[in-house]
Amino acid sequence: MNKNNILLYSGILIFGIAAPFLFPAFKVQLSILCVLIVLATTWNIQGGEMGYNSFGNILFYGLGMYLCASVQVGMFFPLAEWTESGGEKTFVHTPAQFFQGMAVGLIVAAVVPTIVAGLIGYSILGLRGHYFAICTLGLGVAAGEISGGIEIIGAGQGFTTPPFPEVGNLESRGEFFYFLSFFVLILTFIAVRGIYTTRFKLILNAIRDNEDKAEAMGIQTMKYKIVGWMISAFFCGLAGGIMGGLVGYIDSTDVAFDGREMGVFMVLMAILGGKGTLWGPIIGATVFHIFKEGFWTFFLGWQYVALGVLIVVIVIYFPEGIMGWLREKYPERFGEVVDEKDRKAQVELK
Amino acid sequence: MDFMVFQYPMISVQACLDGILLGILFALIAYGMALQWGVMNIINIAQGDLVILGGYIAYFMYLYGIHPAWGVIVSPIIMFFVGIAIYKLVINKVVDRDLFISILATFGISILFMQLMNFAFGADVVLANSDYGTTMLFNNNVVLPNSKIFSAFISILFAICLVIYMKKSKLGRAIRATAQNARAAKILGVDTEKVYAATFGINAALCGVAGALISITFTIHPYMGLPYTIRSFMIVIIAGLGNLPGVAMSGMGLGVFEEFADYILGTEFRIGSVFLLLVLILVYRRFKLSRKREYLK
Repeated sequence: MNKNNILLYSGILIFGIAAPFLFPAFKVQLSILCVLIVLATTWNIQGGEMGYNSFGNILFYGLGMYLCASVQVGMFFPLAEWTESGGEKTFVHTPAQFFQGMAVGLIVAAVVPTIVAGLIGYSILGLRGHYFAICTLGLGVAAGEISGGIEIIGAGQGFTTPPFPEVGNLESRGEFFYFLSFFVLILTFIAVRGIYTTRFKLILNAIRDNEDKAEAMGIQTMKYKIVGWMISAFFCGLAGGIMGGLVGYIDSTDVAFDGREMGVFMVLMAILGGKGTLWGPIIGATVFHIFKEGFWTFFLGWQYVALGVLIVVIVIYFPEGIMGWLREKYPERFGEVVDEKDRKAQVELK
Repeated sequence: MDFMVFQYPMISVQACLDGILLGILFALIAYGMALQWGVMNIINIAQGDLVILGGYIAYFMYLYGIHPAWGVIVSPIIMFFVGIAIYKLVINKVVDRDLFISILATFGISILFMQLMNFAFGADVVLANSDYGTTMLFNNNVVLPNSKIFSAFISILFAICLVIYMKKSKLGRAIRATAQNARAAKILGVDTEKVYAATFGINAALCGVAGALISITFTIHPYMGLPYTIRSFMIVIIAGLGNLPGVAMSGMGLGVFEEFADYILGTEFRIGSVFLLLVLILVYRRFKLSRKREYLK
């Protein structure tokens, strides 16, 4: 880590801590941005680095959301009665209960999706290419449809998560969720950055480039694929748990297992920023979130039209993403040695 | 869970017949899917949305007082040009790229179509009433709407026409040649670009027919597209590309499965069970293939 990096990281850290006080009106948006970055970065672990393009990480996200809220309620009150009464009216969490429930809920929300990913990983990750993509798409939608039929978590009418207890002033709810999501973002960044410096990342890249050859080289690809997916699932579950508390209301197909929105968003953000890079998904998520919020605010109703057009345009004209474009433009900055003669020769050939 | 369907044999017969008639429709959509997958090597997530769009064309004819059955003729003609337009705008740029790119691009088209249809036609569940009445079978124990029988008949008719067209016509031969080897076909003077456009147009036209029939027999809604895509994908992977009897059989099998799932699990789990079946089939296929690979070693 050189001097520039330390400067950059501490700058981002200071900005992150100061942001809710600098822009108090955008606290919720900033928290959502943190969650989006977490989702894009972890999608990138198996989507970008491993080459397994999943539409199904929404499964872990939704699972985490439901689990966190259910644990938070179920620890202190009967869950069935809570969902029946539509939430907050009958039972009230004390502040201690709320935070305690949230802490345990987040742990469960992170651990259970990881276990689920490990369990289904062996069957699902044996699929290659588009079969994997469609299979995970099916998983995500199936989870949404099935959870929409289960009574105890609210079925079709949704699940109200525990409201924030009355502590501090009006701002404290936003601040609490912002710092929670920012903390998870930092955690994710440190973990992913750590992973990307190890041999593990090289193995993932080997699997992406040619799985059969990687296997022939003696790498137990299945083991690494499952571990990669479990890491994704861990952070997706955490992000889902936070998002559930932040939104305050969970619906099976529109909030939790929202394959049409969140499930595509995470793929799109990673591709927009540049697949297979550390900073790509972060930049992509930020750009995407700004674009999305602008569009959602000023052209309400046309957002899905814009989203559809955006997907097509990005995928067709911009598959390398922002980082890929930068890399082509300034290869020196990425540590690539450019032979000037060779480059000139290529330009002349064109 | 409700096992009434096994206690009363007549309900089973009803479910089977309903499922088969429904499955023939699915097979028609899956045939279009297999066609474009085989020829252009793309997976079209927007397939179901093309179906729904075709359905809305028939529905609009119904609203303006024309019998919706005529939609079976009008809808494919309009959808053919819609398909060509989509090809010219988007698909021709993803044909020789990675499959995931085509999946994502058509996912974008799917979202776009969904929302545009929502704007244009509203978010209500609609159906075009054909007034065909019902047929009673087995001592009035089994009730079949005539519209379902009509739709199955029309689907089979269109499928047969298409198969003959593919076998006999010049374009059909060109399409089959491109599916076998696009490069060789190009060398031998086949305009592959035109073949691709025609393939996508024919696929969209098939979707249009199926959509018109669905609007007569069932209901349509702007957001109902994705399940049709998944069903057709599933049918194609069970049957394999270019296996027409297989497509028909697995389509009917899927229809019967769905009807039984509807009776046993309840209607709210119907779509979920379809998606879950997809996952199970893919996993089963993966283990079967991995055993084959080990055997080859």
